[in-house]
Amino acid sequence: MDVILFSVFAIIAVVCAINVVVQTHPISSAISLVGVMGSLAVLYLLLGAEFLAAAQVIVYAGAIMVLFVFVIMLLNAGAETKEGRSLAVQLLGVPLLVAFLGIMAYFVQRLFPSSTMVHFGGFTGGGVREIGRALFGAYLLPFEVTSILILIAILGAIVLARKEMD
Amino acid sequence: MGDLTNDQFFYLITVVKVVVVFAVLMTVLAYLQWVERKVIAHIQVRPGPYRVGPHGLLQPLADVIKLITKEDLIPPHVNKPLYILAPFLAITFALLSISVIPFGPTISIAGRETNMQLANLNIGILFILAVSSMGVYGIALAGWSSNNKYSLLGGLRSSAQMVSYELPLSLAIASPLLISNTLDLRQLVNTQSGGIWHWNILHGPFPQIFSFIIFIIAAFAETNRVPFDLPEAENELVAGFHTEYSSMKFASFFMAEYANMITVSCMATLLFLGGWIAPWPAEYGSSYVPVLIFAAAGVISLFHGAQAHLKMDKITFPVFGVIFLIIAAVFLLPIVQAWLLPLFWFCAKVGAILFAFIWIRGTLPRFRYDQLMSFTWKFLFPVAMLNLLVTGFLVALRP
Amino acid sequence: MMSQVPMSWFLTLSAILFALGVAGFLFRRSIITIFMSIELMLNAVNLSFVTFSYQNKSINGHLFAFFVMVVAAAEAAVGLAIILTIFKNRQTLNIDDIESMKN
Repeated sequence: MDVILFSVFAIIAVVCAINVVVQTHPISSAISLVGVMGSLAVLYLLLGAEFLAAAQVIVYAGAIMVLFVFVIMLLNAGAETKEGRSLAVQLLGVPLLVAFLGIMAYFVQRLFPSSTMVHFGGFTGGGVREIGRALFGAYLLPFEVTSILILIAILGAIVLARKEMD
Repeated sequence: MGDLTNDQFFYLITVVKVVVVFAVLMTVLAYLQWVERKVIAHIQVRPGPYRVGPHGLLQPLADVIKLITKEDLIPPHVNKPLYILAPFLAITFALLSISVIPFGPTISIAGRETNMQLANLNIGILFILAVSSMGVYGIALAGWSSNNKYSLLGGLRSSAQMVSYELPLSLAIASPLLISNTLDLRQLVNTQSGGIWHWNILHGPFPQIFSFIIFIIAAFAETNRVPFDLPEAENELVAGFHTEYSSMKFASFFMAEYANMITVSCMATLLFLGGWIAPWPAEYGSSYVPVLIFAAAGVISLFHGAQAHLKMDKITFPVFGVIFLIIAAVFLLPIVQAWLLPLFWFCAKVGAILFAFIWIRGTLPRFRYDQLMSFTWKFLFPVAMLNLLVTGFLVALRP
Repeated sequence: MMSQVPMSWFLTLSAILFALGVAGFLFRRSIITIFMSIELMLNAVNLSFVTFSYQNKSINGHLFAFFVMVVAAAEAAVGLAIILTIFKNRQTLNIDDIESMKN
């Protein structure tokens, strides 16, 4: 049952990721990326990361990608044009890269094999209580620093994107 | 039933629950529109739908037939894949969040226990928040794919409004979670058991009245209801993001809006008003409240039926009176009290909040868009943060 | 066996997603698509973190993935603001046309 769940959502993730790279119009790429994030959220649930799955949907798919979709709609960006690239690059570029990294992953896995099997319910320490304890305990300094980082990002985005006041 | 294994019983009862919840939800969505039209009509001192069936009760059926049989037109200038995807996304995410809402306590059917809930997640609140953040896509893509400047403006405005009001909504949700100390929806109600003075709105080191008000205001904006319904206002933007939609796709957007209303009302009930817990414990007679309410409704209907002027009213009012008296008698049977009473209290509270939604629609004018945005960023969000700060401080101080 | 997934499948999926992100980053012309490929790479890395956290039965991987998410949010906000400014000044989203800092 877990194998079926993993296979279905892994295939959805890979197909949507290929769609992100291949589609010409940015909005189709954005929606496919939302699909990737949704299927990754299900895979996180399989790995016992329940808070992270919810955070992935709320933060990544529900806020960051909405921002992307907004900017694409505001800019009214059209589809990309295909000039200036040779046919060999267009046909062979992406598959070669994927094959190269897949072979590397295979060799890394051969050198460092691990026999851990993942099943639903194998790791129950990923709940909100444990994350809260760790976040406000051992990881307090990174938490506060990322809060300041977000404040800086808000200030930067507002300053960069506002209309000039004359 | 005795020879089913636990797994088989679980799958069977889940299928039954899904069918029941879906059927009840679709009926409630249709009749919520009837209730809205009647209440707004009475606020505006006019009768409302009156002709189709007794007191317009068959009006939703007429609307459904009209919407299904209308021509399903896809205008030639739209972006077809996104145009067809957008209402599908809107209705899917709106209905998905109903699947984790508990309607009552654990009941036993044929000797085995089951919850009055489709799926009990231990991150229930986060799931509802996640699904409601995804609901923005239906509206944004509807506005974009219509290739029409009014739709684009309406879609952008509505998406920006929904995303901005998610912030005070999440902070207003976090405050009672600090008091109840759990994210599981069923546990949340169990920590509020005992009576009205244990509900999160009145109990605890810091009564959550401000959170309730902030939640309700943010919920109005999240569901695009008056006074925050500028993106779909008819006299401002033609019809906003659903200008180019017709028939079943248009109906999908409306069903999604009503389903979102029901979801936020259920969330407010579970978080602040104690879910299915009666206002005072059963040993002091709270089991007789539904009996009294329905009996009073029955007697009033019979009284009006005896004094009616129109010929139709002479038949329909007594029939309603008899139906209400029968329902009042059903509430007296002890065999159904275990699950019917908590369900009654839950539905009564959700119904009260939905009535408030409709009442405010009939009363208030709508905000201008810049007023709306500055309201959330400059007032509601700081107030929600302050509320969370005070709640957290007082929760940490209690022994 | 049918109810257990080998961990190496998760890592292979992460590698494939990362490779597709790199491919999108190198071969696409529109700035927004390049940015989306960066987000795809970050997601693939998050999956790796969570998988190794499952293996070691500790929560540190989840927290690291959480911080990656937060930083990606901040980066997306500022990056999209920069893209808006570039579009306002140069009226193009093709990176081949934005090759010098002079206007």
